Amino acid sequence: MATLAARTETQKAATAGKGAVLEVEDLQTYFYTRNGLVKAVDGVSFSLQRGETLAIVGESGCGKSVTALSLMRLVADPPGRIVGGSMRLDGVDLVGLDAAAMRLVRGKEISMIFQEPMTSLNPVMTIGRQISEALLLHETNSRKAALARAVEMLNLVGIPEPQQRVKEYPHQLSGGMRQRAMIAMALACNPKVLIADEPTSALDVTIQAQILELIAKLRRELGTAVILITHDLGVVAETAERVIVMYAGRKVEEAGVGELFAHPLHPYTRGLMNSIPRLALMRSEGAKAATRLQEIPGIVPALSNLPPGCTFAPRCAFASDECRRAYPPYEQKRDGHWAACWHSDKVARASDG
Amino acid sequence: MAEGANGSAGGPVLEVEGLKKHFPVRKGLLRRTVGYVYAVDDVSFTIGAGETLGLVGESGCGKTTIGRTILRLIEPTSGTLRLAGHDISKLGRSELRPFRQQMQIIFQDPFSSLNPRMRAGEIVAEPLKVHTDLGRAARRERVAQLFDRVGLRAAQMDNFPHQFSGGQRQRIGVARALALNPKLIIGDEPVSALDVSIQAQVINLLMDLQRDLRLSYLFISHNLAVVEHISHRIAVMYLGRIVEHTDKTTLFTKPLHPYTEALLAAVPVPDPAIKRAKKVVQGDVPSPLKPPPGCHFHTRCPYVMDRCRIEVPALREVEPGHTVACHLR
Repeated sequence: MATLAARTETQKAATAGKGAVLEVEDLQTYFYTRNGLVKAVDGVSFSLQRGETLAIVGESGCGKSVTALSLMRLVADPPGRIVGGSMRLDGVDLVGLDAAAMRLVRGKEISMIFQEPMTSLNPVMTIGRQISEALLLHETNSRKAALARAVEMLNLVGIPEPQQRVKEYPHQLSGGMRQRAMIAMALACNPKVLIADEPTSALDVTIQAQILELIAKLRRELGTAVILITHDLGVVAETAERVIVMYAGRKVEEAGVGELFAHPLHPYTRGLMNSIPRLALMRSEGAKAATRLQEIPGIVPALSNLPPGCTFAPRCAFASDECRRAYPPYEQKRDGHWAACWHSDKVARASDG
Repeated sequence: MAEGANGSAGGPVLEVEGLKKHFPVRKGLLRRTVGYVYAVDDVSFTIGAGETLGLVGESGCGKTTIGRTILRLIEPTSGTLRLAGHDISKLGRSELRPFRQQMQIIFQDPFSSLNPRMRAGEIVAEPLKVHTDLGRAARRERVAQLFDRVGLRAAQMDNFPHQFSGGQRQRIGVARALALNPKLIIGDEPVSALDVSIQAQVINLLMDLQRDLRLSYLFISHNLAVVEHISHRIAVMYLGRIVEHTDKTTLFTKPLHPYTEALLAAVPVPDPAIKRAKKVVQGDVPSPLKPPPGCHFHTRCPYVMDRCRIEVPALREVEPGHTVACHLR
């Protein structure tokens, strides 16, 4: 088994050529429930470049986590099913793979870390064995080599005394250390794509800063592309290069991170940005603290009972009859900046003025 | 925005003095006490009428225990609690009852803090049933008023909690807390479980209620931006102790404790145009079972000195209205 350094080099060489590592096209994941058909992900397309960090933002029920689970082919069936679209990882369409073929991809080519490290680690297995598991499935037959690699990985993610820690159980680690162990496990086989689903939402703010720093460092060093799923706009602004905003199962806006925060074109994105309180240090020069937060009125609609036309229209200050009649086309509005809104020019003027 | 403590007519609504809560740790067959968790270790503060005190800190710092101890849902180990001048820390159950009406709590999770088998109207009427002699019709009328006050429709009174969204459920929790016209409401992470767009709705509601009803809040949260927005003064806690306490403007522009500094530096900024040097504080919060000697923060503090490892820094007023517990100040 090659050493970590050597493997990192080969990976870097492999990723030197730019281009998309993952291409998702018109993904549709539906749930067939007693209360009717729920279109959790409804025609989502995006591509992920090698070594890039792409954030998917949205509130509960917007379909961001189901998108992630679809990519891993971990959507529970029944009630869920990927009913359409394709997800090509380096040219291989994951939608078409059977369970056995998918097992060879999952954990090796694409892997995932979850929000709550305590519930996603096995409490009765040592950290070392859990990391070895993926390695024994994909990389090596030698338990000893796998364990050595586990120690190497724990060292890489900044866990002190890795020799000792591989023998410990999850409950013996703090929350931050558990999340580090999860990252070590996810990256053990050097995947091309790492999906991080709210990786820091359960952590304290000082620990969150440590974990985000670690993910950024590993992405630089290993060249892994990262899909970061979060509801925290602060985390997005500090870690992502490109951002997708989702609402009610669809993509409503996509842009580079600087462009999106400077010129949001969808009223939902703009509403999200205006509704969060900002510390003095978060405000640009001269900007005063809001005495009242701007609310987005109403609630996220139930996916089983979506309004006709634009799904955001009932909560939108810009909504017109047109919005209530037809869902707006998803178009490129500015260079590299896409949005689905009939009134994006008005939104832009409101944000800039 | 309501004035601070000084604007009140008759002294502070709540005074907490030297509050301690030590939980025994029991082990073995005989459940012998082998040690204590110092969840709250000598904490003092006051809250004036119409004022909000924000309590921030990371998990395990004791902020939730403080809230529950003030309500006497957890018995304090020692210390004094005065509600509008009356010492309530040693009152028995029945003596405490009239005071219970004056302080209420809103919980974090609107899913688990409402009884799923009760109708929303019954949930809000429950405190009225327990503490007042209002008849059924009068209660219903009061509940309808409360629903209107928190932005719910009176027609929704007969619905069950599962028929409401997360934000609406939190509104039911607020209505229940308001039912008895309390002076003090303790909010234990009241918006943390809500979606961003809904958070703003509930924060605005709480601030409107404070303005109109002159409520006092103890607002417990780990979200610094939310705490800054809603509070007048803020106390920062670390492992059971208050390490810094001042008005919100001073805390965020001139933090004096290294832990406050670390917290502020760690908050992700939702604006990619603002670049700042990131100083990520290393290490984990130590276990409250075995807190480090001296200053609890010394294991992670970038300015640590020998003295910090031995001597507990006292909470001193270094500038008028700004107290901090650090040997450097």
